[in-house]
Amino acid sequence: MAALAIFLLIVFACLSAPLYARWAGVDPFLSTLDAVITIDGQDVPVMEQSTEGLGLGYTPLGPTWRLGNYFLGADNQGRDVMARMLYGGLNSLLISSAATVLTLILGTAAGLIAGYFGGVTDTVLSRFLDILWAFPIYLLAISLSIVTIAEGISIGPITIESGSLWLPVIIIGIVYVPYVARPIRGQVLALRNSEFVMAAINLGVPGPRILWRDILPNITTTLIVFVPLMMALNMLTESALSFLSIGVQPPDASWGTIIQDGQALLYTRPLVALAPGIAIAVSVMALNVFGDGLRDALDPRSKVRLGRD
Amino acid sequence: MIYPILRRLGQMLFVMFGISVIVFLIFFATPGADPAARIAGRNAAPEVLEAVRHSFGFDRPLYVQYALMMKKIFITGDLTSFVNRGWKVVPAVLDSIPITLSLVFGAAVLWVVFSIIIGVAAAATRNSWLDRLLMALGLLGISMPVYWLGEVMNLITQSRYHDTWLFSWVPPLGYKNFSDDPKGWFLTLVIPWITLAILYIGIYGRVLRAAIIESMQEDYIRTARAKGLSETRILLRHALRTSLIAFVTLFGLDFGALVGGSALLTEVVFGLQGIGKLTYDALQSLDLPMIMATVMYASMFVVIANAVVDFVYILLDPRVKTS
Repeated sequence: MAALAIFLLIVFACLSAPLYARWAGVDPFLSTLDAVITIDGQDVPVMEQSTEGLGLGYTPLGPTWRLGNYFLGADNQGRDVMARMLYGGLNSLLISSAATVLTLILGTAAGLIAGYFGGVTDTVLSRFLDILWAFPIYLLAISLSIVTIAEGISIGPITIESGSLWLPVIIIGIVYVPYVARPIRGQVLALRNSEFVMAAINLGVPGPRILWRDILPNITTTLIVFVPLMMALNMLTESALSFLSIGVQPPDASWGTIIQDGQALLYTRPLVALAPGIAIAVSVMALNVFGDGLRDALDPRSKVRLGRD
Repeated sequence: MIYPILRRLGQMLFVMFGISVIVFLIFFATPGADPAARIAGRNAAPEVLEAVRHSFGFDRPLYVQYALMMKKIFITGDLTSFVNRGWKVVPAVLDSIPITLSLVFGAAVLWVVFSIIIGVAAAATRNSWLDRLLMALGLLGISMPVYWLGEVMNLITQSRYHDTWLFSWVPPLGYKNFSDDPKGWFLTLVIPWITLAILYIGIYGRVLRAAIIESMQEDYIRTARAKGLSETRILLRHALRTSLIAFVTLFGLDFGALVGGSALLTEVVFGLQGIGKLTYDALQSLDLPMIMATVMYASMFVVIANAVVDFVYILLDPRVKTS
């Protein structure tokens, strides 16, 4: 429960991102190389000109530890890192939760259909899932990202622009489908042969109704257990893709892109890269602890294990 | 015994074929933009586009395109980059493989040794403060992004504490060939190995602890106790041994996946010119032929590695032989 509380705290902090930016009077997406702020009555430039060499290099402001005034310092565009952290966190949370929903929907649908209808349908779907399962997650995600990143994607009437947050959502949502579909299929297969389902089939209840009324309620526990663990996994995947510059696109931010921005400043202003990493680690750990607790409480015999990638 | 091996071999070939088809479809048939324009890179000249169309056979049916792609990647190896004009990507990929393997093997040794120590220690001192501490640390290891951990390691060993006695031996980032400079090879890889291993020590320590605790409930453990064996002997010779079966299967899965996942990110952070760094650089310049080659080679390697582990498993586990 403490884990859930910590996670919710992070969620609320990120939700307040626009409020924070307005209160602090900063635009986290606009590069402000010549801004000057006032600390203790002294004017301090956000980007300090280097005194070494030709004097062309700039060092961004370090952390001021004053809330609302470059608390964590500035990045190499002179933007407020704290404000970007909150906005980035919002994107990270949105993407990982939307991808979780997508994975669960697709995975449940595939698992239900394969497990319930059996026969050729099951063979085809299961073999396809086997292939996806054997395809290393990051390689699949990289392939999907690189072809969609420049031009976006359009399938029939649906067009997703490049740079849209939906791209990482769809990519992460797809790559983890077998992780959900395979265990669900196993459960559905077992339920399919249970007495109450047999009875319903013999009574002539139509298939879709059996799936909806008899089988789905029996796998909801498993699905609920999946949610926090899946979110933790998605959050790590999203940040890794963004770090590789194929996730969230600038000027948008996510914790992964901020770590990448911070890489160039690692030795001079380490906090730019450190802070988002700590945020990811704390959120993921909270989700994992909560997920483990939830599983022990709801489904103690299950062997569901995520986190293989 | 020959039958399960043949079966697994068939399954492996099927999966390899399936993955190659998926890669092909992703790169050549994703709707939204002209695939030739994607492959040629940003702002390609019309003659380059025309050359791409011709060499990949875009005017011919899909199966011919598939065959052409496979031929370029695996048989003739003459897939060229259009971003770095004329650069042959397959030799570049092949050259980078030893670097990635050095990274992954070293990390695997560390993670196996340390996760067994941690798993056994935690299981032996079950529910004590040591067990709780080890498991909490394991969870932390799982929760940290591996590339971020790599940056923290760099910050500590390359910058902040580089001048102290503890880290003054750490060489600058980069890779040294084993054949040229074995000591340099080892020293440059120590920190990347540790970084990569930390993630997996966490996972495996936790899994092994759970497996040992579960096997301690088994009847044969009770028999061993009844025979008057010491607790240490029971733990190490009986409980750990059976628990390692689960460990080995998991290891096969992760070892392969590591090549195509975390190792990629680790290479980027530590500037090791392996297959991951190659992929990363190609991602920055939108160099699709390079990505095609790295993805294809890395995923084929993963599939083969998984199959090899299964073969070993079939040879080791007597239950598979009889079934």
